[in-house]
Amino acid sequence: MALVLNDEQLMLQDAARHFLAERAPVKHLRELRDSDDPDGFSRTLWSEFVEMGWTGILVPEAYGGLDYGYTGIGLILEECGRTLTPSPLMSTAMVAVAALELAGSAEQRSVILPEVVGGRHLLALACDEGPLHAPEPAQCKAEMREGHFVLSGSKKAVVDGHIAQSFIVSSRTESGASLFLVPAGASGVTVQRYSVLDTHVAATIEFNQVELRPDQLLGPPHQAQGLLDRILDVARIGAAAEMLGIAREAFEQTVDYLKQRKQFGVPIGSFQALQHRAALLFGELELCQSLVLKALHSLDEDSDDLAELASLTKAKLGETAQLATAEAIQMHGGIGMTDDFDIGFYIKRYRILESLYGDRNFHLDRFARLRGY
Amino acid sequence: MTELTEYRQEVRAWLEQNCPESMRSPYRSEAEVCWGGRDFKFQSKDQETWLRRMAEQGWTAPTWPKEYGGAGLGRVEAKLLKAELARLHARPPLVSFGISMLGPALLKFGSEALRQQHLPPITRGEIRWAQGYSEPNAGSDLASLAARCEDQGDHYLLNGSKIWTSYGDHADWMFCLVRTDFEAKKHEGISFVMFDMASPGVTTRPIRLISGKSPFTETLFENVRVEKNQVIGEVNQGWTVAKYLLTHEREMIASTGLSSAGTVPVGKTAAQSLATEDGRLRDTILRADIARFEMNERALELTIERARDEVKAGVSLGATSSMFKYYGTELNKRRQELLMSIYGHDALSWEGQASHEGRLARAWLRSKGNSIEGGTSEIQLNIVAKRILGLPG
Repeated sequence: MALVLNDEQLMLQDAARHFLAERAPVKHLRELRDSDDPDGFSRTLWSEFVEMGWTGILVPEAYGGLDYGYTGIGLILEECGRTLTPSPLMSTAMVAVAALELAGSAEQRSVILPEVVGGRHLLALACDEGPLHAPEPAQCKAEMREGHFVLSGSKKAVVDGHIAQSFIVSSRTESGASLFLVPAGASGVTVQRYSVLDTHVAATIEFNQVELRPDQLLGPPHQAQGLLDRILDVARIGAAAEMLGIAREAFEQTVDYLKQRKQFGVPIGSFQALQHRAALLFGELELCQSLVLKALHSLDEDSDDLAELASLTKAKLGETAQLATAEAIQMHGGIGMTDDFDIGFYIKRYRILESLYGDRNFHLDRFARLRGY
Repeated sequence: MTELTEYRQEVRAWLEQNCPESMRSPYRSEAEVCWGGRDFKFQSKDQETWLRRMAEQGWTAPTWPKEYGGAGLGRVEAKLLKAELARLHARPPLVSFGISMLGPALLKFGSEALRQQHLPPITRGEIRWAQGYSEPNAGSDLASLAARCEDQGDHYLLNGSKIWTSYGDHADWMFCLVRTDFEAKKHEGISFVMFDMASPGVTTRPIRLISGKSPFTETLFENVRVEKNQVIGEVNQGWTVAKYLLTHEREMIASTGLSSAGTVPVGKTAAQSLATEDGRLRDTILRADIARFEMNERALELTIERARDEVKAGVSLGATSSMFKYYGTELNKRRQELLMSIYGHDALSWEGQASHEGRLARAWLRSKGNSIEGGTSEIQLNIVAKRILGLPG
């Protein structure tokens, strides 16, 4: 696949950019924060996502979706990054749909996917247990008892866990790892919501002797680690796409500011010290753009180097989004530190995405391992 | 698609039959490169055969039109040919500034007569070219060049000097930036001329580098006759040609940051020669450095691929050759640093067969020039800041 967007994708990108700039600019995020919105996202906006088909963008047509592919949803997430628009789009419409498409039974897919498309069913991936990302479940355990699995343990940093109807939960089972689809309302499930620094909301989830039927397994029992890694790679690339939007927007606003802001009687953008830093960032962003596009294509093509590309892309985007958002503050000077000004919001969202699904150190290590050293 | 597959089969069969066995491995040293030229001495019969056969196919300059010695290939076909050459680990039959630099300028700005005169001998490796751009007082500020080319009626006379002429002492002809209008603003009095290096009044002096090699010369002109029909583009419009060529050159230099087909990746090199534990390098700091390098290398590779796809799709990235030049050369410096770390004491040898005449040490030292030649890294960043980002000043 050529590393360019086709006309249809360009139109989608354009439509998403205009819609989000109009309906959900950074002001939208401020309003949610200032009204202490318990959900941390707007259900009205979500229903508009549904109308535009975004919730079903990855879903096969048989279940009412658009079957448009990962490159499409990646473009929308990138635009969401530009406006810092909070929504369950990534966790539900990308990660969960990918999980169901990869491993869901016919029954699971036919029950859940149409509800996802309709925006009525939200899902969240519950994977991490400690402060750092680890794909292998450690203390979360599901034991077989009288034909049932009994799940106990706790998960943290569950994105959209506070609003999800179901969780995709990784757990140790007798001889490996298994994934379960657990309804949020199941007996023994406790959801503890907490707000994070970018005014998004996440959850810690306790599973206390939760009884699960074998048909609530997602994918093969005891051998789901590879599947989970694959699902996580989808999430990593999704997070990278959003970081690309964040970094680009922060960068573009900063370059504009360099042209406007005057000190010593001249625009500060005429100083070579700042010009070179901006030029370097431009280059880094071009590299990032190629990586994200290639990674999305590799999801669409299910290519062999997907894992390597996912780690490379997540690590590089983390590094660059960090640089872009931090430089944005520095080059804006004092007002970059103020809450009144939007530019400081970008670094907050970046930081969340950096920690999710493995930070750059995690992926540097994984990349090296995949390359055999 | 089937047409292309057939084409690939054809190419493969031809190469299998015509590429001599000894040409199917990467160069072990620079001495094995085939540069062509009047005085070039082939190191083997195979090297000569390989060049002749490829030139007859038009494959030393595959994308050039057939009438100028090329094969008239489209981008996709050219890519296929490249891939098939890589599959055999075949060496380039000819490395030539005529092909990589002068050719594109002649094809874009040259008259039909000049193309007919110069292009076919280039594709056959008969004439070796040198580039005359920098001067002792015109480096980063190239447009301030001062080599004087004075109108003598039916010809010009050239006086002055050039520096950093790549292999000037082996070249047959030079394409050269000279000043033809001494009153005009500095960008507007420059012409792009060509002349035979064997002309009376041309002298070259090799410049020895810290790598111990002398790939460059200083080139002096004393009343050198330049024919009036050897100007590419309009007189005093040479800066346009020069900028076009510089863009081209930068793109070419950019790929020096990428490992060429057949080179062992840095990480694998390290894993083969250093201690590992559970398949990981025991030196975790070096391991992280290598991983970061390989990530950037892959990202640049993909970005060059994307830029090519965008050109094909009609979206031009503009001044991005500066960005590629910057990254390619900085990456290559990084690669050489990492190789020095990986090989430690063994990388320090300067002579002898075991070290391939100090290949690592010399390549490491030589790489320091990558971010200077063809426009320094700082100049590339200036260009990005001004032309792409539109920053003032």
